[in-house]
Amino acid sequence: MQDLTQRSPYGIYLDHCRKGELAYQVAAGDGKAVFYPRIAAPGTGITDLQWRVSKGLGTVYATTVVYYKNEPPLNVALIDVDEGFRMMSRVEGIDPMQVRIGMRVKVKMLPGDEKQPPYPVFTPAEGSQHHPGSASHPSSVRRG
Amino acid sequence: MGLKRASVAVVGVAESDLGQVAPDTSPLDLMAQGTFRALEDCGLKLSDIDGVFCAATQVRMGPMALAEYLGIKPRVFDGTQIGGSSFMSHVAHAQTAIEHGLCEAALIAYGSTQRSVSRAAASPREFNPYESPYRPFMPSSAYAMAASRHMHQYGTTREHLAEVAVAARKWALLNPKAWEKEPLTVEQVLNARMVSYPFTVRDCCLVLDGGGAIILTSAARAKTLKKQPVYVLGTGEALSHASISNMADLTVTAAAESGSRAFGMAGLKPPDVDMVSLYDAFTITPILFLEDLGFCPKGEGGRFVANGAIAPGGKLPVNTSGGGLSYCHPGMYGLLVMIEAVRQVRGECDKRQVKDCEVALAHGNGGVLSSQCTVIFGGPSTV
Repeated sequence: MQDLTQRSPYGIYLDHCRKGELAYQVAAGDGKAVFYPRIAAPGTGITDLQWRVSKGLGTVYATTVVYYKNEPPLNVALIDVDEGFRMMSRVEGIDPMQVRIGMRVKVKMLPGDEKQPPYPVFTPAEGSQHHPGSASHPSSVRRG
Repeated sequence: MGLKRASVAVVGVAESDLGQVAPDTSPLDLMAQGTFRALEDCGLKLSDIDGVFCAATQVRMGPMALAEYLGIKPRVFDGTQIGGSSFMSHVAHAQTAIEHGLCEAALIAYGSTQRSVSRAAASPREFNPYESPYRPFMPSSAYAMAASRHMHQYGTTREHLAEVAVAARKWALLNPKAWEKEPLTVEQVLNARMVSYPFTVRDCCLVLDGGGAIILTSAARAKTLKKQPVYVLGTGEALSHASISNMADLTVTAAAESGSRAFGMAGLKPPDVDMVSLYDAFTITPILFLEDLGFCPKGEGGRFVANGAIAPGGKLPVNTSGGGLSYCHPGMYGLLVMIEAVRQVRGECDKRQVKDCEVALAHGNGGVLSSQCTVIFGGPSTV
């Protein structure tokens, strides 16, 4: 189990971010991805957690666009990362309203500043715009 | 084992002053005002209260602060804080205490001055290093993402969402205590200021001051009091996550579990329910809860609410007070959700009264679709 007098799960995660890596944990035994990083896997309580670095590819699971006063619209999204975990992030590099559920995205580590440590955002992945099998646009899947 | 159907009843309910209160009013002032009005409603005295249940964002140790304000020494107290559904949870916990003889008369109270002091001051968000850097506008953005999923998977439209706000407004116009006094159209909802897509400000609940209180006692004692008892037929509680990035499926809430527990205890099914009081923090929530509580199949909630189906004269009366969208939303709205359900069963709702309302379901939601608690109330014919 993580010795919390030495290092914290978030501290280790941040160290990876500083190296430009999106890190997650994998539980020994069942091999399931764990995110956010913890001292034990949720549900099973497995404490033997190994750190891995994601390839940084994922699919938009849910999306919204926030309208703060006197600011350009801001995307906030939930990303299903290919290694089997979900995280909150945002998709940059396109109009926030053009971020679609099912869109393939790739991680990009932002450097942060004095107040905000480095943190991962996503940009549209080159090549396949949409994950196979997922619908492309909300309006195209109306049923009934 | 488990709680017994109709072992306890709600005997007193009251709102505090709602909307905009005077400067420097405290949340405890509002809780106390609700309490004394609820005592008047049932005829019990302050000294009869021996259980205190309370949760609020501005009062960290609610039961302690409220007991001090009221000058009582409760034998049982519970400050379960799971957001807006806390009070449905308190009903279940109060019932447990009353059934076991730990207390006889339980007070559940709430108060907030979030309109007066600002939402940011009344309910500061906890920093989450995995979410806060992305600056979601919480809680709106979490519910907006749930709506994005529902639209994507089931073809729910912004017009469907707007129908929920319009129905709430129609009910509110029948409730003299409602904040909103003007009619609202689907077009007005769609064209209002965008907050977090797909929600405009009209898809989001009001930000108002307010509070209230509910008093429960045993069914036997309830029969000796001023008004017709409103029995607690069933309760159910469920938690599924705390942060929206940890919600397994954004289109399925734990209301499916809390509802099934409450219906199981009550021995009832959705068609037995005459009136539904659902926590409408955002227009997507009644749609999700109608599905998860079994009033329509999963995915059909948007089409279910279309064409005025939950408005006055529709097929199912939902949020007859006008809801958090048009009546009052003082930050944690669950207590007011139950007060309307109780009044409908009592037949006290005047112009908005649902005919022959014998069974009313009140459903609370807390956090970001995180806690789900259901209470089913029944009138005399149900016991």
